[in-house]
Order: sequence, then structure tokens, then C-alpha cells
Amino acid sequence: MIPPAQSGFDWSVDWSWQLDGWIVVAGMLCAVSSSLLGCFLVLRRMSLLGDAISHAVLPGLAAAFLISGTRSSGWMFLGAVIVGVLTALLSDWIHVRGEVDEGASMGVVFTTLFAAGLIMIVLAADRVDLDPGCVLYGAIESTPLDRWTISLPGLASVRVPRVVVVLSIVTLINAAFVLLFFKELKMATFDAELATSSGFSAKVIHYVLMTLVAVTAVACFESVGNILVVAMLVVPAATAYLLTDRLGMMIGLACVIGAVSAWAGHIAAVEVPTWFGFRSTTTAGMMAVATGAAFTLAVLFSPKRGLIPQWTRKQWLRWTILTDDVLALLYRMEERSTEERPLAESMAMREDLNAWMADILLTKRFAISLALKFHVWRRRVMDGRDNESATLVPTLTELGRSEAESLVRSHRLWEQYLVTRVDLEGDRIHQQAHRLEHFTDRQLQDRLDVQTDSPDKDPHGSPIPSANDPQP
Amino acid sequence: MGEQLWRVISLQDHNTRVVILGAAMLGFAAGLVGCFTLLRRRALVGDALAHAALPGIAIAFLWVTAMGGNGRSLPVLLLGATISGLFGIASILIIRRGTRIKEDAALGIVLSVFFGLGLELLGIAQQMKNGNKAGLESFIYGKTASMVSSDAWLIGGASLLCVVICLGLFKEFKLLCFDEAFAGSRGYPVVLLDAGLMTVVVVITIVGLQAVGLVLVIALLVIPAASARFWTDRLIWMIVLSSLIGMTGCLVGAAASAMLPRLPSGAMIVLATGLGFLVSFFVGARRGLLIRIWRRQSLNASIDRQHLLRELYELFENDPQRLAVSWEELLQARSWSKKRLRRILEHASKDGWISENITKMEFALTERGETEARRLTRRHRLWELYLIHHADIAPQRVDRDADAIEHVLDPETVAELESLLNAELGERRMPTDPHAKSAEGVPS
Repeated sequence: MIPPAQSGFDWSVDWSWQLDGWIVVAGMLCAVSSSLLGCFLVLRRMSLLGDAISHAVLPGLAAAFLISGTRSSGWMFLGAVIVGVLTALLSDWIHVRGEVDEGASMGVVFTTLFAAGLIMIVLAADRVDLDPGCVLYGAIESTPLDRWTISLPGLASVRVPRVVVVLSIVTLINAAFVLLFFKELKMATFDAELATSSGFSAKVIHYVLMTLVAVTAVACFESVGNILVVAMLVVPAATAYLLTDRLGMMIGLACVIGAVSAWAGHIAAVEVPTWFGFRSTTTAGMMAVATGAAFTLAVLFSPKRGLIPQWTRKQWLRWTILTDDVLALLYRMEERSTEERPLAESMAMREDLNAWMADILLTKRFAISLALKFHVWRRRVMDGRDNESATLVPTLTELGRSEAESLVRSHRLWEQYLVTRVDLEGDRIHQQAHRLEHFTDRQLQDRLDVQTDSPDKDPHGSPIPSANDPQP
Repeated sequence: MGEQLWRVISLQDHNTRVVILGAAMLGFAAGLVGCFTLLRRRALVGDALAHAALPGIAIAFLWVTAMGGNGRSLPVLLLGATISGLFGIASILIIRRGTRIKEDAALGIVLSVFFGLGLELLGIAQQMKNGNKAGLESFIYGKTASMVSSDAWLIGGASLLCVVICLGLFKEFKLLCFDEAFAGSRGYPVVLLDAGLMTVVVVITIVGLQAVGLVLVIALLVIPAASARFWTDRLIWMIVLSSLIGMTGCLVGAAASAMLPRLPSGAMIVLATGLGFLVSFFVGARRGLLIRIWRRQSLNASIDRQHLLRELYELFENDPQRLAVSWEELLQARSWSKKRLRRILEHASKDGWISENITKMEFALTERGETEARRLTRRHRLWELYLIHHADIAPQRVDRDADAIEHVLDPETVAELESLLNAELGERRMPTDPHAKSAEGVPS
């Protein structure tokens, strides 16, 4: 593909259903079949099983060839699946029998098997042309070349790539397994003992799952390479895990994320290198990178658990609390002013009002002035400057006063409640009340009021403001 | 053949010498470092790290080539590998700390995504004028057999560095592996130490990657340490053994492939090390499979024997007149199967605990057997008494609970029990049977 002549990027892609279409379909099938099982692997902390299996199947391929003498894909498939399942069983066995750490037992098994496979291939090299390279890269680009003719009854026969047929079958098997045994899988994953005590063996589920992972890994890696298998087994599932707490939803999301990544990955593989003056590159790797991009987005932006939403929420909460506190502080100052010493005078005596408030509220001067500006803008506070009385003190507006009153009421009601109902000591209630006041709405205020027999004064002797009418 | 073997063993070829010594040094250092990662339950960090190095290698190559330099120069590639390996480690840490994704998935994510990116970039490097990827691909499969002396020197230097760091920080690393929280509370800079350990892993992985390839370096980090664990419970011995196993595996594997030049040396090394694992797994002196089976069986046999002797003692105790106990009586006494009881009796009579009258199927205690049976019964009842008086266990249940532990009581504990139970025991040497039988009024 030649970069377009005009300036800027041309987002339209040279698309051919016969080539790119089938490649994307193969990638999506791989993504869906892997994601269906991958969710359970991630939840059961067996994520690296796919990696181990797909490395270890090499001797299976070689042995199948040495025994059968053909490169027919059926034999190869069988050999690879057998060794794949063996890898899972063997690492499980070493883990349990030898009390070896799970990761280590996997590492021992797959590296040894991989080495055995390499040697077998070398020994058989004069008779077989098995390229270990394609284990890594796969050959998803050649998907459309190798086709089977499928004749469906009542329809004209279609020529479908072999890979697509195989992956469709695997996808259907996995989907059937997950749908039929959803309850059992769920129980075996989250509470294996409950599963066993309720009449079916969590072990059987475990072994079926491992077998299907082996079948899926083999089916996928033949066409897309083993790295993509690992990526599709783990990454979309982990991404979905960040987005939801429900298993069904997680599986669905993982499938969608995987499929979209496969599609986006192919486009990127075709397009991105051309921006830098290169030809298109391998699709499988780019699909893996696309799942990684999806994961990164989820880590950063997942509404509930994303790092950025979490940070933002925390900052927003801090800001709300600060502005509340400023409002309440002004109210308390107003409350303490007397005829002889009006508010303006007592406040103006402070040399640096903002610094003084910052000191009380344990924050910075800058934050106070920001909060005050915010309140002025929201018309909760009158800035001294546009005040007729020509003092430079911020004072509450009617609106601000009623809001502040509500806050202080919450605070003092809580103090009262903590003393009368929770039996907290007087010197400990302020902090507690201070924390709770920000989360107390009108309804809760009324309930506190009833619970504490509608007191006039809080435990420190300050009056509790009466409930005012809700503001429009 | 013999001549060739001699040539390899005596390291006559310069080439063989470089390969074998280089691999052996790497095996030694990797075995040492692997112990710490294994004990920190991070065995596969090397795996993720090795995969994560690939994009760095490709980027370094692309960058330097685009700048007009020699992209294939080793220091450049290794620098790239190290930087992206560290990125990989950082990503794993961020994922583990910042999200609810667990360690295994974090490794899988970093491993596959970084490697995917690396393959992409390699694909692009291939399109450059001098970008045939032969040199770069050796990072995946390794090129052990074509190691040159500068490679061996690099491995030697890096290995020495790692060995020095690990031994210098031995006490700190040990604490980090076994009790991180305690290390933290003692004021050790845990995060810094962890980073130090990771750095050592990075160094070994990157150097090994270049010399022997991806899969092999994982094997060298994991297999020797896992093998050594079967032989010992002490960290220092584990480290020594692991290093030796790693070194021996490399020596044997490299020598084998030097003799049979067709076989890839990397794979041969893994197989040789794997063989070491297999042997350790079965015959390891501390946790090997055979020693465990043997230990369990001899414990079971001794428990069976003790139960038999006690059973006999109690039967005779209840009826001082009787001379022998019949087969049926014994069969009813416990839930022994016929086969098992027969075996127990056989052993006991062979060891001289009991005398048997084979024709009448009757059994009696020998003098030696009676002494032992008395000792065992006494121990059992002491323990029962202790449980009843000091652990508040109901007399109906006490037999079962006593059964679970009496077989491992040592003489000191028995003496201690005696002194504890002085008041209950009075002057009697043999405590009375506290449960069911006496409760039903049978005099004991």
C-alpha cells in the first residue's frame, strides 16, 4: 500500500473482503474463543497456562509428524493438543506433588518441552519443513490462501479458509461449554469447596477447562502465532475485569474487546507503518498491541476503577469538603460575632484572613482563596470589595447562609447523636462529625433530629440551627 | 567418538572452550539469582522480562540504523533491551499496585503485548536496507553455539556482578524472600532491595537473552532453583546447589551439543537441566517424591504397629488370665482390613514384638513387646488425661484426639505430662483408661 499523495492521513483503508475480511474474521474468532475461556483463567490465576501450552506444543507437532509421516493438519492438531493437555497436567502434578510454586512448575515443564521439540525438529529436519518461527509469528496473513469448499444443503457451496472453519468450530465448542456449565464454572471458580460439596467435582471442571484451553491455544496458534494466543487469552479478560464485577458481563465484554482489538489491530498493521514510509507489517503482533491499548485505556479510564476517574473523584471530594468547610467556618464566625464586636471587625483584625482560615482548615492559603472565589461565583459569599459596607471581609449571602446553616446543623446533630447514642467521649466527636457532615442530606438530618430528641444545643453548647426550608 | 569426547572435555577447541565456559558462567549466575525469584514466588518474571526486552532491541536497531550507525552493535541492542525490560517490570508493578489484576495476569499482559510490539518492530526492521533480521532473531532462539569470546567475557562480567551483589546483600535478600513485612519493620529499605533484586534479574536475563535466547534463559532462571529446593531447606545450600545444577546443566548440554553439532546447544542445555530437575524431583533428599512416599509409609507403619501393640495390651489388661488374642478379636478392634492386619502382624512378629501361633491364629506379646506396649499405652493415656484436664476435651472424644498426636510425643514431653498430671496420677505408673470402657463400668 502506497501512502496517499495528499497531505494528512487518508483514513480510508484499501479493503478487500476476500483478503482482509477473512483475516479479520480469523482474528476475531481467535479473540472470542480465547476470551471465553480467558476470563476463567484470569479469575483462577492461571493466566500463564496459555503461554506455557503454546510454547510446549512444539514437540507434539514434531512427534505427530515423526509418527504419522505426513504434515496433514489433523495429525498435527491431535499431537499438539495431546502435548498441550500434558503440559497442563504435568505442571499441575509437579505443583501439587512436588510442592513447587505454580509459576515455577509451569516454567520447568514448558521450557523443557520446548527444548525437546526444537531437538526433535532438528533431528527430523531433513524430512520435514517445520519452521519454529511460525510458532511465534503465526501466519494469519495466509489465512485466505488455504481454503476448504463447504457445501451447505440448499445453498451454493462456499470456499471458506480452513483456519476460519477450525476456529469457528472451536469457538462454538467453547461457547457451548461456557453457556451449559456457566453455573458450575462460576462456582468452581469462586468457591471450589462449595462446588464440590454441592455435588459436582471442581476438579473435573478444572481439567475440562485446561483441555479446552489446550485445544484453543493449538487451533489459534497455528493460524495466528502463540503470542496472540497469550494476548487474547489474558488481555481482553483482564480488561473486562477492570470494567465490571459480574461474570457474565465480564465474559461478554472480553469477547467484544477481543474482537474489536483484532479488527483494529489488522487495520493498524496495514496502515500505521505506511505513515512512516514502510510497508504493512504482521497482523498478529499488532492485534496483540491493540489488546494492550484497550487494556491501557481501561486501566486509565475505567469508570469505577480507572486510575484517572479515581483520582478525579478524590480531588472532587476534597474540593467539595473544602468549600463546605469554608462556608461552615464563615457561618460560625458570624455566629460568634456580637453587638460589641461585629463580624467585620473581628475578622478584619486578622492580618491575613485567608492564612488564618487555611490554618484552621489544615490546608493552603491558595486553596482557601480559590474556594472563596468559587463561592463568590456561585453567589454564596459576598466578596468584601463589592460590599457597600466597605469592609474587606467575605460575608455570607442569604443563599450561602442557609446552606452553611444546614451543614452546621448536620455537624452539631451528629455530635449530639454520637454523644447520646454512641457514647463517644466529648473530645472525640468533633472529628467524626466533621467527617460525616459532608455526606448528610436533609432526610438524614431529620432522622438524626428525631433520634436525638430535637435538641437546641450540641454537646459543646453551641446552638443547633433549626431546619430551614429547602432552597429552590 | 572417544577421541571427540576427549577433545570436548579437555576444551581443546577455542570455540568449544568459549561456548562451554560462557554457558557455565551464565548457568551459575542464573541458578543463584533464580533462587531468590523462586522464593519470592516470581519464578516467571524472567519470562515476562525476556519477552519485554524485544521491542527495545528492535527500537534500538531501528533508531541507530536510521541515524546512520551500526544498528547491530551489541551494546546498543543490549541497552535497548535493558530499557524496555525495565519498562516491562515497571508496567507489571503498576498493574499489580494500581489495579485489581493479579500477578499472573499482569505477567501475561506485559509478556504478550510487549512481545507483539517487538514482533511488529522486527517486521519493520526487516524492511530496512540492511535489516535482515538474522542478528535480531537470535534473541529469540539464541545462538549459543556461535558464541564468541567477547560474548563470553560479557557473560562472565555480568555473572560476576550478579554473584557479588547477591552475596553482598545475602542477608537482606534472604529476609526479603522469607518475610518481607518483617524486613520492612526492621527498617530495611524493602522497595529498594526489591528493585535491586529485579535489576539483577534484568541483567542476567538480558545477557542470557543475547547469548542463549529467550526460552533458555527462562529455563536457567527457573529449573535449577526449583531442583535445588528438593534437596534442602536451607537457603545457603539451596543457592550453592542451584548454582551447581545450573552450571552442570550448561556444561553437560553444551558439551553434548559440541559432540553432536547438529543438535542446538540451547535446547540441549535446557534438556540437561531438565534432567537434573527430574532426578531432584524423584530422589531429592529433603522433599523428593520418593523420600516423601517413604516417610509417609514408615510413619503409617509405625502408627499401625503402635495401635496393634496398644490393642493387645488393653485386651490383656482387661483379662489378666488370658494367654492369647485371636485373629477375629483383632480384626474387630479397629477398622483394619484383613490384608492390612495381616501385614501389620507379619511385621510385628518379624520384629519380635509378638509371638504367634499360626495354626490357631492366635497372638500374644513377647516380653519385649509387652514392655513396648506398656510404654505406648501409658503415653496414650497420659496424653488423654492431659487433654481432659488441661484442654477441656470431652472424654468421649479424647481417644480420637489423642490418636492424632501421641505417635510423635518425645520422652521429654511424656516426662512433662507426668509432672503436670502428678495430682491426677497419684502413685500409679499406669493411668487408668479414662474413656468409654471404664465409663461403662468395666474395671480397668
